[in-house]
Amino acid sequence: MTAPYEHNDDSVVVIIGTGAGGGTLANELAQKGISVVALEAGGRHLPPDYINDEWASFGQLAWTDMRTTSGSWRVAKDFANLPAWIVKAVGGSTTHWAGASLRIQDHEFRALTEYGSVEGASLMDWPITLKDLEPYYEKAESKMGVTRTNGIPGLPGNNNFKVMKAGADKLGYKNCHTGRMAINSQPRDGRTSCQQLGFCFQGCKMGAKWSTAYTEIPKGEETGNLEVRENAHVLKIEHDDSGKISGVLYADKDGNQHLQKCRVACVAGNSIESPRLLLNSASTMFPDGLANSSGQVGKNYMRHMTGSVYASFEKPVNMYRGTTMAGIITDESKHDTSRGFVGGYEMETLSIGVPFMAAFLNPGAWGREFSAAMDSYENMAGMWLVGEDMPQESNAISLSDEKDQFGLPAANVHFDDHPNDVAMRNHAYQQGMAVYDAVGATQTHPTPPYPSTHNLGTNRMSANAADGVVNGFGQSHDISNLFVSDGSQFTTGAAENPTLTIVTLAIRQADYIAEQMNADAI
Amino acid sequence: MKTETRTVPVASPVSFTDRSSADKRGELYKLTRRQLLTRGLVLGSGLVVGSSFIAADNAAWAMEVKALAPQTMATLVQMARDIYPHDNFGDALYANAVKGHDATAADDAEFLSMIEGGAKQLDAIAVENGNSSYVGTGWEADRVAILKTIESEPFFQTIRGGLVVGLYNQPEVWNLLGYEGSSYEKGGYLARGFDDINWL
Repeated sequence: MTAPYEHNDDSVVVIIGTGAGGGTLANELAQKGISVVALEAGGRHLPPDYINDEWASFGQLAWTDMRTTSGSWRVAKDFANLPAWIVKAVGGSTTHWAGASLRIQDHEFRALTEYGSVEGASLMDWPITLKDLEPYYEKAESKMGVTRTNGIPGLPGNNNFKVMKAGADKLGYKNCHTGRMAINSQPRDGRTSCQQLGFCFQGCKMGAKWSTAYTEIPKGEETGNLEVRENAHVLKIEHDDSGKISGVLYADKDGNQHLQKCRVACVAGNSIESPRLLLNSASTMFPDGLANSSGQVGKNYMRHMTGSVYASFEKPVNMYRGTTMAGIITDESKHDTSRGFVGGYEMETLSIGVPFMAAFLNPGAWGREFSAAMDSYENMAGMWLVGEDMPQESNAISLSDEKDQFGLPAANVHFDDHPNDVAMRNHAYQQGMAVYDAVGATQTHPTPPYPSTHNLGTNRMSANAADGVVNGFGQSHDISNLFVSDGSQFTTGAAENPTLTIVTLAIRQADYIAEQMNADAI
Repeated sequence: MKTETRTVPVASPVSFTDRSSADKRGELYKLTRRQLLTRGLVLGSGLVVGSSFIAADNAAWAMEVKALAPQTMATLVQMARDIYPHDNFGDALYANAVKGHDATAADDAEFLSMIEGGAKQLDAIAVENGNSSYVGTGWEADRVAILKTIESEPFFQTIRGGLVVGLYNQPEVWNLLGYEGSSYEKGGYLARGFDDINWL
């Protein structure tokens, strides 16, 4: 059968979400001849539609449905209803992501073994290893056109990178370059090269940055085996009397509800919506929600240890010109407990425009110290600090008392920093400020974490069904035809930006689903 | 034309470079001065003009208020500058940043009451401190000290929170801070200085 598919066609694979995980999985399955219906809560926006204006773009792309927050993290105070800065559109957060594409390191897959037990943390080893993923990482890097892989040259360094590099050299850091970026440094795969627009976060208007919205999705659609339904907001996953998934209930743009029957369902709504959907799909047979016999759905929410350092100099930097995140120092990503914490972190260039700098530099601050920093905007350089945070069972997505626009319980996002997160952040701030002090910073601004962009771990992979939600292929331990296909599978967070690994897992999962379907196991 | 001049919205500061409008504002300025001399009322950055207008004392901008008292709007403009002081920003940018509160107040009596009450409270504290009013308090540090006493209250948080977008999302502010913004229309920054740093 070719697309479009009937609502009562129970031979299709339904994928919920079209971002890094869902969008990639949809194309991979379609290429194998498997019929796929992808349900996307947002609309379809393509490069000509993207808006190079921070707030206007936020209004166009961001997921702003009701969410609540709790816990001691500062986001809960400053952005109480915006725990995460992620996207509701075809392509999901691959429209917004910066393009940094780093493999998780070998030792990070064995966090519990390598770090040992950490009090208050629910560390585990992944049920898979770097060796298992290497062939798929290679496929993902080729698919995405990651610089410094497959013979693709690195991006040119912009002003912000040059400041970082000069500071890194003076500090003695050995590994500083313009990154492994899924942004074309030369034309590739029918897409042009980076023109240094400076609006990576707002959707790349050149299409130089890899996004499923204009790579995986149209390629899948061309096969005739993929139907993407946009503005299709999934409300509930349904099962039959045997406990197998039988269909997915969604609301269309007019609020009319439809049940799409299916053979397999794959949840890829990012680490807040995916567990919320499983919890909201509770039934008599599964009173605690689907795939939740372990009680781990929604638990172990991770958001990476993050923070930023902006620094002001005597002379102009104009950091906003050019690729947002094409600059990295990887020296601190090792596991070296002499620094006072387990795990490591990356230092990556980052710039935001004046509108977002005002919102995020120091939320709530006012007075001359704040406005003096804003006055130095054109003389600023900036970096983002991103490292492994400790999974904690109490950090969790749960059902809020607040309801969404469909009357369903919204997600509550609870987060407290682990002492290891705090120690790592303090170290990262010191090192980030040192990089800039080394090249003459006149002021440094250690900037608190933004609303989360890396949401991970809330349907974690585990070797044993009692310890997690899915197995090493993202398949539910409880329900064989239910998969999780996004970053919520992550057992631990590792230090690296997660998109490359989400794509890698999706490619591998597609092989597994096809095998299982061929064997009639699902 | 006169009416049109008086109601020029502050939404687009760029429009104030229009010469014909500027000439008309000269008339407003004279009116302003005369009224002020009559009343002996000088309110810092914003001058109250009649029952529903405030204007800059150099006639650089004027604003009609629908719901808030003109004195209240003048207080908000001064308060905005004290919260995020940029000495090279004209008052028009601050006025533009707070004018939305007037529209909200026109539709929401509770909001109106909160804003008017907040402004009166600022004046009352200023009087206790021996000054004529909040805007009549000469030093920024003394006005900031007044704001510090109310910074956890909804009135202050409403004004401050609104400024984050209201002030800093104005293209004229971007220019003044050296942020060039969108480059797509010009082919990106690839040939326009993305790597032109020369002092490292």
